[in-house]
Amino acid sequence: MKSFTKITSKIIPLPHIDVDTDQIIPARYLKVINKDGLAEGLFDSWRRLPDGSPNPDFPLNQDEYQGAQILLAGDNFGCGSSREHAPWALTGWGIRAIISTSFADIFRNNALKNGLLPIVVSESTQTSLFDLTEESPSATTDIDLASQTLSLPDGSSVSFEIDSFSKTCLLEGIDQLGYLLKHDEQIAAFEESRLKV
Amino acid sequence: MTNPKTLYEKLWESHIVAESDDAPSILYIDLHLVHEVTSPQAFSGLREKGLKVRCPERTIATMDHSTPTISLSLDSADDMAIAQLEQITKNCADFGITLYDAESDGRGIVHVIGPEQGFTQPGKTIVCGDSHTSTHGAFGALAFGIGTSEVEHVLASQSLLQTKSKTYEVKFEGELPFGVTAKDMILALIAKIGIGGGTGHVFEFTGDAIKALDMDGRMTVCNMAIEAGARAGMIAPDETTFAYLKGRPHAPKGDAWDAAVANWRQLPSDEGAVYDKSVTIDVSALTPMVTYGTNPEMGIPINERIPSLNTGDAAEQSALSKALKYMDLSADEPLKGHPVDVVFIGSCTNSRMSDLRAAASILKGRKVADGMRLLVVPGSETIRHQAEAEGIDKIVRDAGGEWRFAGCSMCLAMNGDELEPGQYAVSTSNRNFEGRQGKGGRTILASPLTAAASAITGKVTDPRELM
Ligand code: SF4
Repeated sequence: MKSFTKITSKIIPLPHIDVDTDQIIPARYLKVINKDGLAEGLFDSWRRLPDGSPNPDFPLNQDEYQGAQILLAGDNFGCGSSREHAPWALTGWGIRAIISTSFADIFRNNALKNGLLPIVVSESTQTSLFDLTEESPSATTDIDLASQTLSLPDGSSVSFEIDSFSKTCLLEGIDQLGYLLKHDEQIAAFEESRLKV
Repeated sequence: MTNPKTLYEKLWESHIVAESDDAPSILYIDLHLVHEVTSPQAFSGLREKGLKVRCPERTIATMDHSTPTISLSLDSADDMAIAQLEQITKNCADFGITLYDAESDGRGIVHVIGPEQGFTQPGKTIVCGDSHTSTHGAFGALAFGIGTSEVEHVLASQSLLQTKSKTYEVKFEGELPFGVTAKDMILALIAKIGIGGGTGHVFEFTGDAIKALDMDGRMTVCNMAIEAGARAGMIAPDETTFAYLKGRPHAPKGDAWDAAVANWRQLPSDEGAVYDKSVTIDVSALTPMVTYGTNPEMGIPINERIPSLNTGDAAEQSALSKALKYMDLSADEPLKGHPVDVVFIGSCTNSRMSDLRAAASILKGRKVADGMRLLVVPGSETIRHQAEAEGIDKIVRDAGGEWRFAGCSMCLAMNGDELEPGQYAVSTSNRNFEGRQGKGGRTILASPLTAAASAITGKVTDPRELM
């Protein structure tokens, strides 16, 4: 997994609540047997007009946001399907962190396994961030995972929560499977003990 | 006396392999269900790391999402779907996993065949790379959806890193009125608490109205727990559960059956067990439900009007107007009577025998409206055979509908069964997200009774008018 330490980026605003994983990447893109090319399908139906041409109003199509790594979204981001293609599509496009007031459980788990940082902020921080993206779209925000801080362009900073295990995995780019496999003996012992019941 | 425990707490505690202060718990997984869409990258991960599948005997695979439903052969599938289906065939062969493939009689939607074959049992931890794994909770199992990285974790270690969820009691009291079903119960709950209402929680569905449901109905309710954001939905096992499982191909037999039932009887939540949250719904006040928007919480009783644009806070108002724009529907208008182009009866929510029988009870001796496309897709090949033995295929065809082979079909529109842009569908599936049933398609979620009634009239219809 790609490690996550610090990023500095513009914030892409996506002011919708309940963005579901079918919007992040529609099912027609799920026939792949690897992780390549999914960025092509990211927000497909919002990014493209019915005739297939780019929708100029959608932020991912605007010059301003090319290369941006932070997405700011409404409440309950990533609800619906468990498809890990959603974080693969987001990171494939270049997104490394998403800020919202809450995330759906499965999406959050999937994001953390792909070097994609879900940051939960209060409603007031979310509102001021949306205001900021409107007033000065090119302003940049710093995210520092080690100190768990967001540093906003106006000089203020906001801290965010993350469990220590996910934090270590992200900082060091560790695949969680390694941790599980280190417990092989305990897993075997558990299996043994249940046979006896 | 020890602390009274909930069903969820009992399952959680009995599956902990290891606990630590600086990492999530390691939870043992009894049954891992696998399908073609969310597993290929997990098997590639195993190959790259030189790992095996730890317990092939606890792993069951099927093909359901990208398989055609117009024939049993894969000839009509597109090249990418064929590549995906060939990949799961190879992965299962290489790693020694049982696969219910295209020609298998037991093939079907993953959440339909697990219970049907008797793999799903009370007290088990069950996962699948699929959010509707919550369905299996109807048997008193702890069942939840996982991502593909976690699929790889379970294949390699038969366990998962998990943090304990909070508990949420959803009590359905009273008696269901005529024409109102399990689907209406769960749609009413989601409309009440919202699609994020269960986030971080595991639901336990309790109350007389739950006990009165058959297993098919209980599965419908648990299936959509995820649509309220819950990690899982569970129902305590009882005589109805045991009667369903007894004699199923993979259920315990003989003495093992008696021992299993004795264990299962210990699972229900103890008297006095405490939940972190609770809600009660009186089902005797429910009517058939329909959705008008682009997520499952945007639902109303069929005789009510679509909400006003000034409902809720600013974010909700903006979501409502975005949804109504997509649906091309108006606030404050009734949805009943709105023209419908397609009716889809199927999906892991409502494709079991009792769902098909309910739909057939309305379709029998009638014809679908002019221009209506009715698609009926059984949840498994076993169900298809049984329905055909009962003559349901004939009822559907005589009414002018299409009778298909088993699969996910138009629930997620990956296999060519899809809506055209702008079409309205009344669908018994679980998600009305934008484009879920085909790009630009508009989904109205409802019960099999409501769907069948709408197919006959060509409009969103209260099924009680045809019963
Ligand atoms: S029927 Fe629909 S919801 Fe169920 S497993 Fe298939 S695609 Fe998913």
